[in-house]
Amino acid sequence: MSPDLLYALAGVGLCGIGLAGFLLLDHLLRRLLAFNLLGSGVFLVLVGLAQHRGGPDPVPQALVLTGIVVAIAATALAIVLIRRYFHLTGRTSLADAGDGQS
Amino acid sequence: MSLTALLPILALLSSLLAAVVIFALPESSHRLRTLVNLLAAVLKLGIVAAMTWGVFRGVDFSVSFSMLPGVSFMLRADALAMLFAGLSAVLWLLTTIYAVGYLEDSPNRSRFFGFFSLCVASTMGIALAGNLFTFFLFYEMLTLSTYPLVVHRGTARALQAGRNYIIYTLGGGVVLLLGIAWLHGLAGDLAFRETGHFQSVDPALHGQLTLVFVLLVAGLGVKAGMFPVHGWLPQAMVAPAPVSALLHAVAVVKAGAFGIVRVVYDIFGIDFAYRQGLLEPLAWLAAFTVLYGSLRALWQLDLKRRLAFSTISQVSYIILGVTLFGPLGTVGGLVHLLHQGIMKITLFFCAGNYAETLGVHRVDELDGAGARMPATSIAFTAAALGMIGVPPLAGFVTKWTLGAGALAAQMEWVVLVLLLSSLLNAAYFLPIVYRLWFLPVAAPWPEERRWGRLETNAWLFWPPLVTMLLLVLVGLLAPTAFSPLSWAQLIAVRMYLP
Amino acid sequence: MAGLLFTPLAWAALSLLLDFRRGRWLSWLGMLIQVLVSLSLWFAVAGGGGFFYALAGWEAPLGIALRVDGLAVSFVLLTAAVATACGVHAGVYLDPGKSWQRYFWPLFWFLWAGLNGVWLGADLFNLYVGLELISLAAVGLVALGGEAAALRAALRYLFAALLGSLAYLLGVALLYGQFGTLSLTGIAGVVGATEPAAALALLLMLAGLALKTALFPLHGWLPPAHGIAKSPVSALLSGLVVKASFYIAARLWLELGDRLGSQLLAQGLGALGAAAVLWGSWRAFRQPYLKQVVAYSSVAQIGYLFLLFPLTYAVAEPVSRLAQQGITLQVISHALAKAAMFLAAGNLILSVRSKRVDALGGVSHFLPFSLFSFGLAGVSLMGMPPTGGFAAKWLLLQASLASGQWWWIAVLLLGGVLAAAYVFRIYRASFLEDSVSDDFYHPPKTLEAIPMILALLALGLGLVAEPVLSVLALPFEVAAGVTAVQP
Repeated sequence: MSPDLLYALAGVGLCGIGLAGFLLLDHLLRRLLAFNLLGSGVFLVLVGLAQHRGGPDPVPQALVLTGIVVAIAATALAIVLIRRYFHLTGRTSLADAGDGQS
Repeated sequence: MSLTALLPILALLSSLLAAVVIFALPESSHRLRTLVNLLAAVLKLGIVAAMTWGVFRGVDFSVSFSMLPGVSFMLRADALAMLFAGLSAVLWLLTTIYAVGYLEDSPNRSRFFGFFSLCVASTMGIALAGNLFTFFLFYEMLTLSTYPLVVHRGTARALQAGRNYIIYTLGGGVVLLLGIAWLHGLAGDLAFRETGHFQSVDPALHGQLTLVFVLLVAGLGVKAGMFPVHGWLPQAMVAPAPVSALLHAVAVVKAGAFGIVRVVYDIFGIDFAYRQGLLEPLAWLAAFTVLYGSLRALWQLDLKRRLAFSTISQVSYIILGVTLFGPLGTVGGLVHLLHQGIMKITLFFCAGNYAETLGVHRVDELDGAGARMPATSIAFTAAALGMIGVPPLAGFVTKWTLGAGALAAQMEWVVLVLLLSSLLNAAYFLPIVYRLWFLPVAAPWPEERRWGRLETNAWLFWPPLVTMLLLVLVGLLAPTAFSPLSWAQLIAVRMYLP
Repeated sequence: MAGLLFTPLAWAALSLLLDFRRGRWLSWLGMLIQVLVSLSLWFAVAGGGGFFYALAGWEAPLGIALRVDGLAVSFVLLTAAVATACGVHAGVYLDPGKSWQRYFWPLFWFLWAGLNGVWLGADLFNLYVGLELISLAAVGLVALGGEAAALRAALRYLFAALLGSLAYLLGVALLYGQFGTLSLTGIAGVVGATEPAAALALLLMLAGLALKTALFPLHGWLPPAHGIAKSPVSALLSGLVVKASFYIAARLWLELGDRLGSQLLAQGLGALGAAAVLWGSWRAFRQPYLKQVVAYSSVAQIGYLFLLFPLTYAVAEPVSRLAQQGITLQVISHALAKAAMFLAAGNLILSVRSKRVDALGGVSHFLPFSLFSFGLAGVSLMGMPPTGGFAAKWLLLQASLASGQWWWIAVLLLGGVLAAAYVFRIYRASFLEDSVSDDFYHPPKTLEAIPMILALLALGLGLVAEPVLSVLALPFEVAAGVTAVQP
């Protein structure tokens, strides 16, 4: 097993942890962290699998760079929303407090 | 674009544009709206008259364009189309006049007349549709544009009736769509053709075609008010009288009946339907509906409900005529399409007049109304006698032709049904006539505003008299060249294989 | 060409500097330009066929390659139409007095840029970036206004969207690891029949995209988000945003599905779509709030789209084409009709000052125009002739019949009836004249005119379906020779 494949497998493992956290956790910040973990896993798979095909490949690096930027933007947005939500309701989870439709 | 392609489109547009203009007009501009309505109706009558003359001389009015892959939008005026178009054009003019008077001083007139025009546009489209797909298009448009008219009054009862109306007609539409789509898959885009499409079809398809036939007739039967899917019709009588008159006596139920005529003759072909044994069960169903409607009408005390059940019964005459294999039966069915429309609209106009002028809705409140409203009552009596089939009125002509057609098709039991139904007609119409003329007034008529010399508002006064004149004329002049009867004969001979 | 992608970004940046009113003028100008450019591109493609375009000369995978075919330009044009309608509506509808409204315009333009990126994108990674841009902008728009309920809906939406994007990206990673290319056509050229890794990748991507498209049973996030957003925003989200992820799923399926998919997957997606149609319609019928009705109706209408999968898998070429045409018409007519419906619903809500369905009594007197627009849009959703919805339904019916998959017929017909049920429920409520209240607000004429125009477009689509479909079918392969796809 080449080290690159190892990276990819580690990425898969991270994805699994992240997904579990994302689905099982209630606390909004924890979910956000789980999302970031999931994202890192995906990036690892992207880089690892591609290197495995024979020699360094610059393309995935460029893609992951873009991907990280996107993830940062998403995280920032999520944090703003969570913070505002916490200020307004004092809650840290989305668990239903009466149906919120209006 | 040549004139022959333009005229069918103009016939449609005349009321479609009227609808748009009316919707755009503010609620308060009553005079302008009336003017637009009448202009459009007169214009349409002119166009239809010109087209009828053209069809008589053998001009082919048609226009079509491809709408979807494999499906075209097609308008075409053949003799059968003109029969229905002519009927609705004449009656639209009269009903518009009537409706203007009937809805005087009531709210939401802009909405009413807008949808009213849309309905007429749909009816015209149904008449002129050149293939089943186009027919379906306008058939569903009719469903949608009648809904606001049924619920026009906005009462809980009207909304309930509207709900049932929509459930029935949309359900029928779904069944119809299934049939049409299936047929399209089997045979492609089918234009209406006088002898049908399936004279020589692969016997392997017979089973599927029979199923399609059942679907199509079942879907159309809803609007035609056939038993057991007639339930919406009596309830829809909560609508204002002009709506009941034009739509429920003429446009909607006739759209269903006309559709069945088209399907039997112009899609399947009467020969094919006969050989497949599709006509016989339909005949039984129609005969049953004829008797059932009449029987139910006997027990109705509300005048409009009685008329509604009478409509259920009378429309099935048309279908009965269709199922009698042979030109005479066809003529009987087709001519009844027209005669029944004229008679029934007269009755509804009169019922509306009693309701509007005297505040009378029930049969047992009509005692002595003949003296108060002689003209309306004469019209009512004439139409009722016509319905019963008293010679030489319109109803007699159709019943006579239908009977002869039944004998020619060797279905003698149909004659029995006709006789029985006429007896029932007499049983539920003659008591009303008797009450009108021979019983004393029970309570003094309500004090109402003066109408001048006339017994009611002039807008309401004249339309029933005109339709009464028509129903006498079409009966008296039936043997002449330009009567509906001759026109129906012209159509019928083309439908049978040489 | 590049302008379609980058000028929206420029408008976004510029409008970020301005307050709501000035941003509005700038944006209206921008919309005009976008519409004109989209139109001219559409005519160029309709006249000359589609092509590949490598942005600034950079070839994929590092550069941004665009595929410009009939379908893509039609969606670009559709976006221009719907977004402009929503933008004009929003300019009048939103209250300029509230300070946060100034963020509407930047978000709106980011959304537009992302949408165009997705329609035109030719390689999988750029599609991912486009998707994320759309999601983030859309979440921002939902949260606009900042009440707790809106934030909750926005957060739910954000989490769902992020999860979906990552599933998609994981699939992209697997595909790249396998084939070393990101170009969809490149992968389609080399993929074989039995490649479990690639099949897994397709499955992951479809799952992620289904989540973003709110396919039943993953639709939970959609009704709150679409229901609580401001009406013009709801219109954008329902009309366009959910279509973007479906568009990618459809392109993936049509390129790779015949080799990597299976009958089970195809029928399974179709069955979920069917369940969405029935469940969404039923829920729409039961909702007490007007906008929730419309939002659940979106869930149902999205369900129809997933009939694409069974109806194009392992069927004859003409049947597959019928299904594709039907689905495309469904996307377009739903975008127009649903946008019209949300905007009209917004007007009705403004008018009666309540979001409840049963508060609509008597509104048919006072706001017949908006009600009529709502009704016309409803006619298209029901699939009644002659609307675009009907044309779509007809084509799908024919495809189901021709492929022998008669069970979808029942879904199509039943779905129409259920749609009629929830649309007529609104009519019924508004025709009732018991509770005659005179306390109605009259929205400005512009607000009333826009939904009507959209509804009329949805209506007219059915009549001109044939010519529209002929442009949609224009293959980009005609001129594809200009770009060599490198593995």
